[in-house]
Amino acid sequence: MSVSILEKDKEKFAELKRIIDEYKEKEGPLMPVMHKAQELFGYLPEEVQEYIAEALDIPVSDIYGVATFYSQFTLKPKGKYSIGVCLGTACYVKGSQAILDELVKELGIKPGDTTDDLKFSLEATRCLGACGLAPVMMINDEVYGRLVPSDIKGIIDKYRSK
Amino acid sequence: MEFYRSHVLICGGTGCHSSGSADVMSAFKTELEKNKLENEVKLVQTGCFGLCAVGPVVIVYPEGAFYSGIKAEDVPRIVSEHLLKGRIVTDLLYHDSVQEDKAVKSLDQVEFYRKQKRIALRNCGVINPEKIEEYIAFDGYKALGKVLTEMTPEETIAVIKASGLRGRGGAGFPTGLKWEFTAKAKGDKKYVCCNADEGDPGAFMDRSVLEGDPHSVLEAMAIAGYAVGADQGYIYVRAEYPIAVKRLTIAIEQARELGLLGKNIFGTDFCFDIELRLGAGAFVCGEETALMASIEGKRGEPRPRPPFPAVKGVFGKPTLLNNVETYANIPQIILNGPEWFQSIGTEKSKGTKVFALGGKINNTGLVEVPMGTTLREIIYEIGGGIPNGKKFKAAQTGGPSGGCIPAEHLDTPIDYDSLTKIGSMMGSGGLIVMDEDNCMVDIARFFLDFTVDESCGKCPPCRIGTKRMLEILDRITKGQGQEGDIEKLEQLGMSIKSSALCGLGQTAPNPVLSTIRYFRDEYEAHIRDKKCPAGVCQALLQIMIQADLCRGCGLCTKVCPVGAISGERKSAHTIDQSKCIKCGACLEKCPFKAIVKG
Repeated sequence: MSVSILEKDKEKFAELKRIIDEYKEKEGPLMPVMHKAQELFGYLPEEVQEYIAEALDIPVSDIYGVATFYSQFTLKPKGKYSIGVCLGTACYVKGSQAILDELVKELGIKPGDTTDDLKFSLEATRCLGACGLAPVMMINDEVYGRLVPSDIKGIIDKYRSK
Repeated sequence: MEFYRSHVLICGGTGCHSSGSADVMSAFKTELEKNKLENEVKLVQTGCFGLCAVGPVVIVYPEGAFYSGIKAEDVPRIVSEHLLKGRIVTDLLYHDSVQEDKAVKSLDQVEFYRKQKRIALRNCGVINPEKIEEYIAFDGYKALGKVLTEMTPEETIAVIKASGLRGRGGAGFPTGLKWEFTAKAKGDKKYVCCNADEGDPGAFMDRSVLEGDPHSVLEAMAIAGYAVGADQGYIYVRAEYPIAVKRLTIAIEQARELGLLGKNIFGTDFCFDIELRLGAGAFVCGEETALMASIEGKRGEPRPRPPFPAVKGVFGKPTLLNNVETYANIPQIILNGPEWFQSIGTEKSKGTKVFALGGKINNTGLVEVPMGTTLREIIYEIGGGIPNGKKFKAAQTGGPSGGCIPAEHLDTPIDYDSLTKIGSMMGSGGLIVMDEDNCMVDIARFFLDFTVDESCGKCPPCRIGTKRMLEILDRITKGQGQEGDIEKLEQLGMSIKSSALCGLGQTAPNPVLSTIRYFRDEYEAHIRDKKCPAGVCQALLQIMIQADLCRGCGLCTKVCPVGAISGERKSAHTIDQSKCIKCGACLEKCPFKAIVKG
């Protein structure tokens, strides 16, 4: 099993090795390496965790511990478009819960899940710091502000047809 | 050096960026080239101007014309009228910058800026944060030069101590004292860290400093490194802040190129370098011991103190840890002297504080005011009051660690001690305004939901205690509150405060305790009358059709997802409360406003 993934992702693992070599000599290299690995693979599958463990000589249990502690690390593949609805205070008092509810309805998935076609992932996120535009959501790096529930369908349709 | 007759400053902070300032920037570029003005007018992408509510913001100098809400299609007019013919386009200006007689007010006379004093934000919205030369032109790295060539480390610490600067991350510990402890600690290697893990929901002060003036933090960290005897710095920044990360990365590279970071800075023996470390979405990492564990590549769990970081910090070495805004004040204190800083603020809280205004307020954005300014001045004079003529109910400061301040305390001068006294705290500077439509029990539940989710789980008072509090609050908001719940919450809250391991747990009950203190009647209404006075808690609402206003058009029966509405055409309809799920769809649809919730 792990061999076939290695075969398919050979290039990615070569890149991961290069990243690890770059950070190896620095103090506390684990988090930066995991960030880069997630950028590379989109998530942190078991094989990647094992590879990092071996290369940095850190027990894989520690790596799993770190991966599950921080909410930005994910052990499951994410959708092509990652939607984050801000549930920070400023957005919450301006009705971001209704935006999230609308997305749940529109996409048919719960927060934390990904659509079956791997197109959309939905998350309720922490404050994005764009409180001046509350309520906001982010789709990948794009911020949408001053939303009302009826905006949602149009925005999602735009990504559906991409 | 090139000279330009006009400068066009375009905000590239997160707020304006999200409102489309990048399009405005490229529109200006095209228009200037079209009119052959590119050698006469300089375009500058700056950090945050503060008034995010009306973004994207564009300021044209030398006039200081403050254009707000600018779209790409407005740009040709600004270029052809203002930049080519010298006529300010008044109808595109920010509304408060035009006087009744149509004269244009200067920027510092605009109500939003009039009461502000910008020290930490001095360069935000003024310089291009991606160019070190612009920072240097505004006295950048001059303080570092002064410290390295004219002062001893002891003298440097003495200046910071004398200034009275206190930590801007929230707790307000005297900064100079922290520096002294770290300097005196024994160790072959020491570190200087910057806490840029700004996690309080509704707070974006640090983000704006990092995006608008990253070099001020780098310079201050180098000064701190010299003062405490460290040669390595770490900035721990949230990964949720991509623009801040990008600008910090650029700033570090530029400082290295000019020899302002690295070996033998300013030709002295002093060596200092800085590395960025990204968080990964854990609120608890804003706590100092958790942050250091995270830099080391571990789970971000706090540990008991002592030993304090000044003695045993990152990788077990003495470590100085300050917040972004604290650092941003340092170079100015070195250049202007401690007496200057002492002269601003109140007796025990010196200097200024940056607040992020959010929620139900007209001028959402970033403000910096002298300590001792009252909440009323911030909310009504600078913030422009509450939108839609609604009534002020409470201001929330200090995020999940703070509390809600009711109208009766609006005239309290804000400093560390006065806010603690009224049951809230300074916190990092988030200030969320709530109006009569916000339910205080729901807000308390919201914050507790946050802390339960973010609790690291290491100590039982926080892990179990906050969960129990949340369960009680959940019950209350669902109409299943019982007599004695309020007392139980108070009792639990007090014991969690006194027994939790770290700041997160010790302050987690604050939002609940402060709302009970000031809005006990709302809790009682939920528990005894099963009513939510603000009309927020879904389970306590009833949606009703007012028979005298209903014309029987039938629109509501069509939108109701559960078929709860019935009635003859052209006569008053009714809602079957046992079926109604209170989604409010009928309420939005009714053309006669006959449907109400209450």
